[in-house]
Amino acid sequence: MIHARRVNDMVIRFANVNGTGSASANELFARAIFRMGIPISSKNIFPSNIQGLPTWFEIRVNDKGYVGRREAIDLIVGVNPQTYARDVASIRPGGYFVYDNTKRLHPDLIREDIRYIGIPMMKLCMDNYEVPRHQQLFKNIVYVGALSVLLNVDLEVVRQLIREMFSKNEKLVPPNFKALELGATYARNNFEYPLDIHVERREATGDQIMIDGNTATALGAIYAGATVAAWYPITPSTSVVNAFEKYCKKLRTDPATGKKRYAIVQAEDELAAIGMVIGANWNGARAFTSTSGAGVSLMTEFLGLAYFAEIPLVLVNVQRGGPSTGMPTRTQQSDILLCAYASHGDTKHVLLFPSSPAEAFELTATAFDLAERLQTPVIVMSDLDLGMNQHLSPPLTWDDARVYDRGKVLSREDLEEMKEFGRYLDVDGDGICYRTLPGTHPTKGAFFTRGTSRDEYARYTEDGPAYVRNVNRLQKKWETAKQLVPEPKLFQSANRSRCGLVWFGTTGYAALEAIDLLESEGVYLDVMQIRAFPFNDTVARFFATHQEVFVVEQNRDGQFRSLLINELNLAPQQVLSVLHYDGMPIPADTIVAQVKDHLARIGIPDTPSQKLSVG
Amino acid sequence: MSYVKSRFRHPEQKKNAVGFVKSDYEGALSTLCAGCGHDSISAAIVQACYELSIEPHRVAKLSGIGCSSKTPTYFLGNSHGFNSVHGRMPSITTGANLANRDLIYIGVSGDGDTASIGLGQFCHVMRRNLNMTYIVMNNGCYGLTKGQDSATADYGSVNKAGSENPFPAIDLAELAITLGATFVARSFSGDKTQLIPLLKAALSHRGFAFLDVISPCVTFNNNKGSTKSYDYVRQHIEATSALDFVPEAEEITVEYEEGSSTTVELHDGSLLALRKLSPGWDPTDRNAAMNQMDKAKREGKILTGLLYAETSSRDLHDVLATVDQPLNSLTQEKLCPGSAALEGINSSFR
Repeated sequence: MIHARRVNDMVIRFANVNGTGSASANELFARAIFRMGIPISSKNIFPSNIQGLPTWFEIRVNDKGYVGRREAIDLIVGVNPQTYARDVASIRPGGYFVYDNTKRLHPDLIREDIRYIGIPMMKLCMDNYEVPRHQQLFKNIVYVGALSVLLNVDLEVVRQLIREMFSKNEKLVPPNFKALELGATYARNNFEYPLDIHVERREATGDQIMIDGNTATALGAIYAGATVAAWYPITPSTSVVNAFEKYCKKLRTDPATGKKRYAIVQAEDELAAIGMVIGANWNGARAFTSTSGAGVSLMTEFLGLAYFAEIPLVLVNVQRGGPSTGMPTRTQQSDILLCAYASHGDTKHVLLFPSSPAEAFELTATAFDLAERLQTPVIVMSDLDLGMNQHLSPPLTWDDARVYDRGKVLSREDLEEMKEFGRYLDVDGDGICYRTLPGTHPTKGAFFTRGTSRDEYARYTEDGPAYVRNVNRLQKKWETAKQLVPEPKLFQSANRSRCGLVWFGTTGYAALEAIDLLESEGVYLDVMQIRAFPFNDTVARFFATHQEVFVVEQNRDGQFRSLLINELNLAPQQVLSVLHYDGMPIPADTIVAQVKDHLARIGIPDTPSQKLSVG
Repeated sequence: MSYVKSRFRHPEQKKNAVGFVKSDYEGALSTLCAGCGHDSISAAIVQACYELSIEPHRVAKLSGIGCSSKTPTYFLGNSHGFNSVHGRMPSITTGANLANRDLIYIGVSGDGDTASIGLGQFCHVMRRNLNMTYIVMNNGCYGLTKGQDSATADYGSVNKAGSENPFPAIDLAELAITLGATFVARSFSGDKTQLIPLLKAALSHRGFAFLDVISPCVTFNNNKGSTKSYDYVRQHIEATSALDFVPEAEEITVEYEEGSSTTVELHDGSLLALRKLSPGWDPTDRNAAMNQMDKAKREGKILTGLLYAETSSRDLHDVLATVDQPLNSLTQEKLCPGSAALEGINSSFR
């Protein structure tokens, strides 16, 4: 078999046992490649378990910048005998299986079309470390050392990362260096290196960062001035509030008193969490909660209250596999309809769809402005892939000239000058009314907030016409929201194809690669990234000016497609689904295959004169 | 029943220390049944706030769902109010308090709202010792849905339809003492000489103040055999003591008999003077309170008055170590770390 030499283009997967310290070793290896200027992405494929079950960590290296998931695995580091059979089977022909040969591999695991690299990881550790826990932990560093030699990863970069990792506990640096060297030396002495797949230094990452979306989301909340966070633990959103707390400690502690300019409450359940957020926002603090689908289900009653009583709030939904408890440690975009129309009665909510950590930061900050401007819930639709995995991302940016939009809130002076205050009077004609905060004025501006129907002066009423006036005004506010939410992103200056492709959220990583793959096969599509619901005129126009539009999403039912058809009054046959919902992030190949299937039926669009560049 | 509230105000109404007359503390006309205990409690709240000279806009009143939760419309019309969803008033109040620690929070709830659908939030708001006054207008039944037994209905109590309640009652005051509420009292809507000083003390208490006020439902639970009827409550009531609330600025002028009285000093310096104490009872002793309540229950009596008070506790803001300035008044300058700090954060991710 002839093996093509492949530089900076591979998928490496680590197969580990949960709770053995492998995650930090694997992340170390991934970051070392990133530090060499090569674009990568990593996926932590973990079980809902603390210790003992199989867990995988996947790194995609691609110096063209394609960092979506790819299915053909080039090399697996297998350190979990429980999954050897499955791991060996998933390697592409010509790929490598790197394993711990302290014990002999069972003959059933031998495939003729892949290559085996045995490293006595456990033996090296037994011979060099006495404490059993160390033998376990350093095994991970041993394979990092060996793999660095085999794949040409700069060991000095790895050593520097180890130094940084243990900067507060320097005595851990030498034993880690020793393990690294044990693995590296073994590889040098026993194999030809580097392998035909390997990495080489590049300058392809620029000023980009490697960060998880939940941290970026939390930083967005801090920069937006959120002071109250109430939450209930749930995978995969827990690290949003963890990161919020970590950075608040650094950035929001009053230097003079040591007291906090923030409050975080771990609530008794998701209902209480969103209740606290509503109370705080009602009282004029920027407050948010983060959860996942199951939590949103519990919060729906309160979402209806906030919609109807017109109270701002920011909810971060880090989506996971549903329904019910579903696949709590796998990703999906399957809460679209739940969130768009959460709660009984006529309700609808503003949704934002970040596709990268930089966008998670930006859109979370925007969510607070929108929520206060529109006096309504804004839901940031993240997902497990974005939230919990480290992504290559443009740096987070903040314009110091940016001023928070606190919306229509009357001050004591405003009230003093006003003739008449009516909480639900549409003074400006945009459907958004003026609100007051408790404690503002001794005799003016007090009103009663309620989930029941009310008139323009916040008085309870069951009068039909008053009810209709109110809900029609809410509809007018919804129209106003269309002008305020982030614009979709078009990837061509003018239409050039009969067919379009729409994506949102983390599907972008794979969608953009798929577009290039399709173009290389002569299929040209116009592309739009939708970043918000409600859909504005630009979105509507894209559908009005294309015959067929593919909608790529990660759920079974084509929920986003349904939302588009419903809200834009589209002909269902115009909107074609590209779906992926096994809980793993969508790969580009899946999109290509499904688009081609559709095109086989509807015909390939003509080749345009102007080509698209999305990379 | 009346359907228009009189706007007539006596020209010589007395102003309190902050320049408000009593009618400034009133709310809209009640839509509850004539004779409802809840209206008496609303009136007591009006009186207590007027006497305490609280500026109306310094109060936020919050409630859940039910007859009791409607009452915030009927008192303190110059205060912001929030009639939220069923059983969730505690979480709304928690968030509101986190945003602005300087306001006075009055939460109003009912026995359905608190002891059934909202039991979880009720427990947790007490654990956190949120600085608020939590009033349950307790009538032992679901009035707004026409008289079903609630979880505070006593075992064997007969409802209007004639059936006996087969389940034991949840005693909210006992639960409050068990779970760490720092001011617990029980009263009766028909006893305003007791209720008003208790309300004033609760409003002056820093921390979680709980008031379980038995408030008969005249329409659905005032029948013979009900243990929450006016007649039954009047016949079985027993007070832990007689009460006087003494504001911070005033001195106690009445002399009490040695050994039969005590005072509880509240956080703001005001005093609650307790006279005619039940023997063997100490309002600062959690165990004594529990024993006393248990004893009364065994004797078929309804124990009212101050049951327990711990006046030097740490409230939620103390525990969270939040800044003294209300969080809702912090400016962007104080909250946003700026682009230079962000560049440092970016570097840590390279």
